[in-house]
Amino acid sequence: MAQLKLEHNGVTACGTELYLLNMGPQHPSTHGVLRVLLELDGETVVQATPVMGYLHRGLEKLAEARTYPQFIPYTDRLDYVSSMCNNLAYCQAVEKLIGAEVPERAEYIRVIMAELNRIASHMLFIGATALDLGGMSGMMYTFRDREYILDLFNLASGSRLTYSYVRIGGVMNDISVEFIELLRKFLADLPGMLTEYDNLINGNEIFQARLKGVSIVPADRLISQGVTGPVLRASGIDYDLRVKKPYGIYDRFKFAVPTGSVGDNWERYLMRVLEISESAKIIAQALENLPEGPVMAKIPKVIKPPVGEVYHANETPRGELGFHIVSDGSTKPYRLHIRRPTFYNLGCVNALCQGVKIADVAAVLAVLDPCMGEADA
Amino acid sequence: MQESASLWVGLGRAIKQAVLAATGAPWVAELVHTLAGVVGILSIILLSALVLVYLERKVCAWMQMRLGPNRLGPYGIFQTIADIIKLMTKEDIQPAQVSPVMWGLAPVLLFMAAMTTYAVIPFDAGVIFADLNIGIFFFVAVGSQATLPMLMAGWASNNKYAMVGGMRTVAQMISYEIPLVFSLLGVVMITGSMKMSDIVKAQEGLWFIVTQPIAFVVYLIASVAETNRTPFDLVEAESELVAGPFTEYSGMRWAYFFLAEYAFMVGASCIAATLFLGGWNGPFLPGWIWFFIKVAAMIFLFMWFRWTFPRIRVDQLMSFGWKVLLPLSIVNVVVTGIGLWLFFPLV
Repeated sequence: MAQLKLEHNGVTACGTELYLLNMGPQHPSTHGVLRVLLELDGETVVQATPVMGYLHRGLEKLAEARTYPQFIPYTDRLDYVSSMCNNLAYCQAVEKLIGAEVPERAEYIRVIMAELNRIASHMLFIGATALDLGGMSGMMYTFRDREYILDLFNLASGSRLTYSYVRIGGVMNDISVEFIELLRKFLADLPGMLTEYDNLINGNEIFQARLKGVSIVPADRLISQGVTGPVLRASGIDYDLRVKKPYGIYDRFKFAVPTGSVGDNWERYLMRVLEISESAKIIAQALENLPEGPVMAKIPKVIKPPVGEVYHANETPRGELGFHIVSDGSTKPYRLHIRRPTFYNLGCVNALCQGVKIADVAAVLAVLDPCMGEADA
Repeated sequence: MQESASLWVGLGRAIKQAVLAATGAPWVAELVHTLAGVVGILSIILLSALVLVYLERKVCAWMQMRLGPNRLGPYGIFQTIADIIKLMTKEDIQPAQVSPVMWGLAPVLLFMAAMTTYAVIPFDAGVIFADLNIGIFFFVAVGSQATLPMLMAGWASNNKYAMVGGMRTVAQMISYEIPLVFSLLGVVMITGSMKMSDIVKAQEGLWFIVTQPIAFVVYLIASVAETNRTPFDLVEAESELVAGPFTEYSGMRWAYFFLAEYAFMVGASCIAATLFLGGWNGPFLPGWIWFFIKVAAMIFLFMWFRWTFPRIRVDQLMSFGWKVLLPLSIVNVVVTGIGLWLFFPLV
């Protein structure tokens, strides 16, 4: 529990006190069950202590009692707005462990799905940020467009949120002609959607004024906290695993990694907006080169990896999602650790919140884009 | 003035004469006449709230590509009635740690302040509850009384979110009330009177929005702040303060706040229509219909703001109020003065 520091800013001299405000776990803008203990001097935040664990389900322990394929649905429930990326990271980790080769077509489908999911997640982010800043309508527009992607996923995997579509050795099933047609239509419509967001949300003076110049934190601080993803890139660090440590077939695609220069909330927000169009570029390239062939490799029914361990990380919409799997040669992992990007990103809440107003705490939480299912695992 | 006796003036007179004929006592007739006015204003507030809740939902839905309420009755028009029944039948929860008197009084006081502002609103020629010679001043004075109940609610709720919200009300009031008053000054200077009916009559030829555009914009912004609506809804600020001073209220007590908020919005729209949009002046249609149309347009503008703008931050509101709105409104007053001195040197 944070101690009240009465000496701060000489506040004792004028007879005022700091006070604690317990924001969450039930609060409109904490994106789930995050609790932030705010130590406040009037409206100004002196100290912000994130308290996590309200959604802890013991996924890492559960994994030890599940066979390797059985754990895939659990990865859906990590960061439930980018399940495809989680599936992909886990499956690639297991494939690395057993040394499986994935068919070409499956690799391309995986990239399409992961990038689509990135767009969907960033759309949700844009809407949620607008909502947290008080702009009620923005959310409806981004959610409308996200719905197209969810429909696509529904077509491919039969579900809208927890896909379990990426499987060890490939993907669940092939994508249909209808899927590809709808996807092309979506890609054609996407620039129009982004223009709409620009007009309604990004271009708004108040919206920009609320984010620009707020919560500037030096990049080395973020690196020392283990922050990854768009939050880190906004501070000018060009660190994207898709480029730095290409997994799957990402080295075949041409795309830019947007990086910021100032590292304020506005750029953290902007990174996501820019990434949407980059993801669209990747999908277009993947669609163009999509080969024919099987979508599933010949994988033994019972997966028994050799003794050893593996760490594999993917770039999810929120940062570096890594799976560290230790195998003892049995059908179940001996130990599975998940490096959850949101968990590390939330670690810098205090650094970002110090000195800002209460209203900006909501903005900071919004641009960190936490997903408590992932942070608490 | 043209005593072409609009519908409402005639109705008031008829009531007065009927009571006079029945009782024979002029004071009874006067009392009934006054009470009829009070009832009239109350019904305007309640009815407008009834309609506005529905309209707000429909406008919001329209801006968000939704349908809005459409289950209860044709086009969902009975939705508000269902809402009221829900609010009335809700349990009256009083949290254990509140200060009961202050906590219970706050919503009533706020609603009173909102209602009192209607006394000086000229709905039509001759249809004004009290045509005071300090009409605008009365509106500003009573309207700013809304601050106190909010602070009371915030303080008495014994809740930190509520208290921060209550403190914000006061801070916000200081920064927007002054530009608001200054923006009204230009109109008063041109008219040479604070009486509402005089102001409306002065606009028979040209609406003041033409001669006082800056004042209108300043008034518009400041009145959005006064009615605590987005982008200045810092007091409630859902994503920060849950519901601000209203956090601990439920059921009808909360409904009082809600009602007062709508009453203030309608009141601010009425004043805008009176001062800048020519009040009841307009061709062909009866005055009260013109007034109604203008108020409705203003209300739509408020709703439009609410559903498209994000919320401004508290320090930004302060600096905006003091550094932009206040100088702008003072400049407007000075320019108006110079203009009057140049073109109407007699005054």
